[in-house]
Amino acid sequence: MDTSQYLEMFIEESKEHLQACNEHLLELEKNPENIAIVNEVFRSAHTLKGMSATMGYEDIANLTHKMENVLDEIRNSRLNVTVELLDVVFVAVDQLEEMVMDIAAGGEGKLDVTDTVQKLHKIETGEEIPVAATTVELAIVSNVAQEKNWLSYDDYDMTVIEQSFEQNYFTYEISVRLREDCLLKAARVYMIFELLEKMGDVIKSSPSVEKLEGEDFDEIFYVALVTNEPSEDVQKKLMKVSEVTEVLVQSVTIEQLKKRNNFELNIEDTPVKEIANIIEDKQQIAEVKSPEKSPTSKNNSVQSSKTIRVNIERLDILMNLFEELVIDRGRLQSISEDLHNSELDETVERMSRITGDLQNIILNMRMVPVETVFNRFPKMVRQLARDLNKKINLEVIGAETELDRTVVDEIGDPLVHLIRNSLDHGVESPEIRLANGKPEEGTVVLRAYHSGNHVFIEIEDDGAGINRQKVLKKAISKGIVSNEVAQTLSDKQVAELILSSGFSTADVISDVSGRGVGLDVVKTTIESLGGTIDISSTEGQGSLFSIQLPLTLSIISVMLVELGEEIYAIPLSSIIETAIIRSSDILNAHNQKVIDFRGKVVPLVFLENVFDVPRESTDDEFHSVVLVRKGDKMAGLVVDSFIGQQEIVLKSLGAYLSSVFAISGATILGNGKVALIIDCNALIS
Amino acid sequence: MTEAVDFQNLKVVVFQLADKEYVIPVSQVQGIEKLIYITRVPKTPSFVKGVINLRGVVTPIIDLKERFGLGESSLSESARIIIITLEDMDVGVIVDSANDVLDIPLDSIEPQPEVVGGMEQDFIAGVAKIDRRLLILLNLNLVLNPIKSGV
Repeated sequence: MDTSQYLEMFIEESKEHLQACNEHLLELEKNPENIAIVNEVFRSAHTLKGMSATMGYEDIANLTHKMENVLDEIRNSRLNVTVELLDVVFVAVDQLEEMVMDIAAGGEGKLDVTDTVQKLHKIETGEEIPVAATTVELAIVSNVAQEKNWLSYDDYDMTVIEQSFEQNYFTYEISVRLREDCLLKAARVYMIFELLEKMGDVIKSSPSVEKLEGEDFDEIFYVALVTNEPSEDVQKKLMKVSEVTEVLVQSVTIEQLKKRNNFELNIEDTPVKEIANIIEDKQQIAEVKSPEKSPTSKNNSVQSSKTIRVNIERLDILMNLFEELVIDRGRLQSISEDLHNSELDETVERMSRITGDLQNIILNMRMVPVETVFNRFPKMVRQLARDLNKKINLEVIGAETELDRTVVDEIGDPLVHLIRNSLDHGVESPEIRLANGKPEEGTVVLRAYHSGNHVFIEIEDDGAGINRQKVLKKAISKGIVSNEVAQTLSDKQVAELILSSGFSTADVISDVSGRGVGLDVVKTTIESLGGTIDISSTEGQGSLFSIQLPLTLSIISVMLVELGEEIYAIPLSSIIETAIIRSSDILNAHNQKVIDFRGKVVPLVFLENVFDVPRESTDDEFHSVVLVRKGDKMAGLVVDSFIGQQEIVLKSLGAYLSSVFAISGATILGNGKVALIIDCNALIS
Repeated sequence: MTEAVDFQNLKVVVFQLADKEYVIPVSQVQGIEKLIYITRVPKTPSFVKGVINLRGVVTPIIDLKERFGLGESSLSESARIIIITLEDMDVGVIVDSANDVLDIPLDSIEPQPEVVGGMEQDFIAGVAKIDRRLLILLNLNLVLNPIKSGV
């Protein structure tokens, strides 16, 4: 069989399943008693085995098969979850990942896995790790769970049932079996439901109604009915529907249901971590979960939304086309302004609104949750913490926060760097922590959230914080600051020194973070994305690295300004406000022209001088000033006049002009001319 | 038979700078444009005239005459911008006029004579003599070496 056309799908899905394995295994490590999690891992491994065997990757199939055996033992309570066992399984998952990556890179996905296979085999046969019988209680619970393949109810359903009992209605659980060769199952289901609805209220069905209508079930399905008719009548009426072979009606009482629910809670106690949010994942999970355990309770709450997979390339093309449209929209706007034709104005106005909406939708489509980056961190932290002999708990908050794909692609490495830094330099070893009266286990929080037009990603640890003296000493010895300057720096400025190039504070160069490349790489990457990074740290209590990123890179809001005949764009994100000042308000301080702005001394930058604008110098009494900021520093950019605010498409100047001073790119204006975008960061020193 | 692939000849675009004729391979030419509004880019060498909007793509423009130290282009009616594609880079060059497309036999191309003066000799890949015309073949990779400024 030629499988090449499925290769891409195989790789994608394998990655997803492996990621799911990783997450669930980490979860399992925390809740070793939770069989539901083992089931999840088992399912992923099983799917992987099937897929890889079909594709002819025998090493993967072989390894997953062994892994599956071990998981099966755990599932059937013949094996206990231990750290040793998990270690081997983690190694197995790592090797699987390696093989899948190899296949993705065009390799054959071969790897010597015999060692791991043997280890797994030993575990399975119980040679190395003694098999202790799992608690009897647990076994009973799962037995009960298996006996009952009927229905389960959430709180809302329970209230409904309870109320109907009070009003002397009965609740029946009904199983309906259709003939095996039934052709139009959906039609039969419809007829049955119509009958049931006439008699009372259907409060539950298993599988869900959507699935039943989609004929996504075998011959048998279950419904819960609240009615005042006797059970025999219900049964007889249902048997009237042709092709129905068997109807069982069982009356249930509220006590029975409550009891059953309690059992269930025991099993499903731990919330299975939702990996969802990547839309397709959400669906997959919903689908995977439902048939195996208490399906309806979850499915009813999740309104299934339909999704399709779209090649990211197509979205990029769409984005490019839309950018063209934005440029022409600007052109239309400027034409209509010149013509003063009311009908044209109206149409252009409408078009602007529609393209505005369109822009939101397109930008949203390109948004992906930061989760795609975050989800590799728990495992990394686990491994690093073991290597460093530290106890560290990683908390991930806001993984569902969405960012433009281009930003997400770039943000991974800087985050890895920062987390490694927190683990290595931030969190202390357990002994020191205990000695300082802190809990033995350090906490690192990885947090993402939206705020305005930006996304913030923060890494916070409760470790040692930044040692001012140590940092200063290092910075001085490396020649980053002079001795005199060092004493005048604020704590924040000192903290920011660790981002300068050629800086590394670990006394011993470790494998983890001190590998020559410092945090300056992080800073450079983030700034190249149009973001900023900020550090605040309290010695002895921990540090907080806060990264601010723009939501999107390609369409930005700018303020257009005029300089002589030329038009420049200043990104709104760096503008604080605009002002008009008198010549007499300009003061001189050390050959630098400054103004007093709301009590702050702000240096002025005369853009016509910076950009050598060709024209006669004018002596206006008033000057238009755009106040911009970089971090907590400000500057006033003096321009001739303000034109206004506009959404523009960011374009590069081309490879030939790869880096021009104080210009971050260009855009095409409504009149078809090119305007340059000013890089305010370069103008503030 | 239609066009057979020609290994003997090199198809070139001929253009004029001051009083000399230069050629560049057609394969590297993306198009020839009339002069349009050029946005000046500050803090760049004087031969970088700025950038234009070439059907939605921001394209840098350089003045070849200034690049070769032959003075500034007059930007007359006949002046053209030749858009050149090199690897992943598009650059437009201003020339006094773009005259012709020619097939020049590969064996007529000779290495440049040592005596040619001026800055442009560094950029010359060879010369070809066709019917009493002296055509100078440019080494575009050197002419359009990306520049960095600022930093």
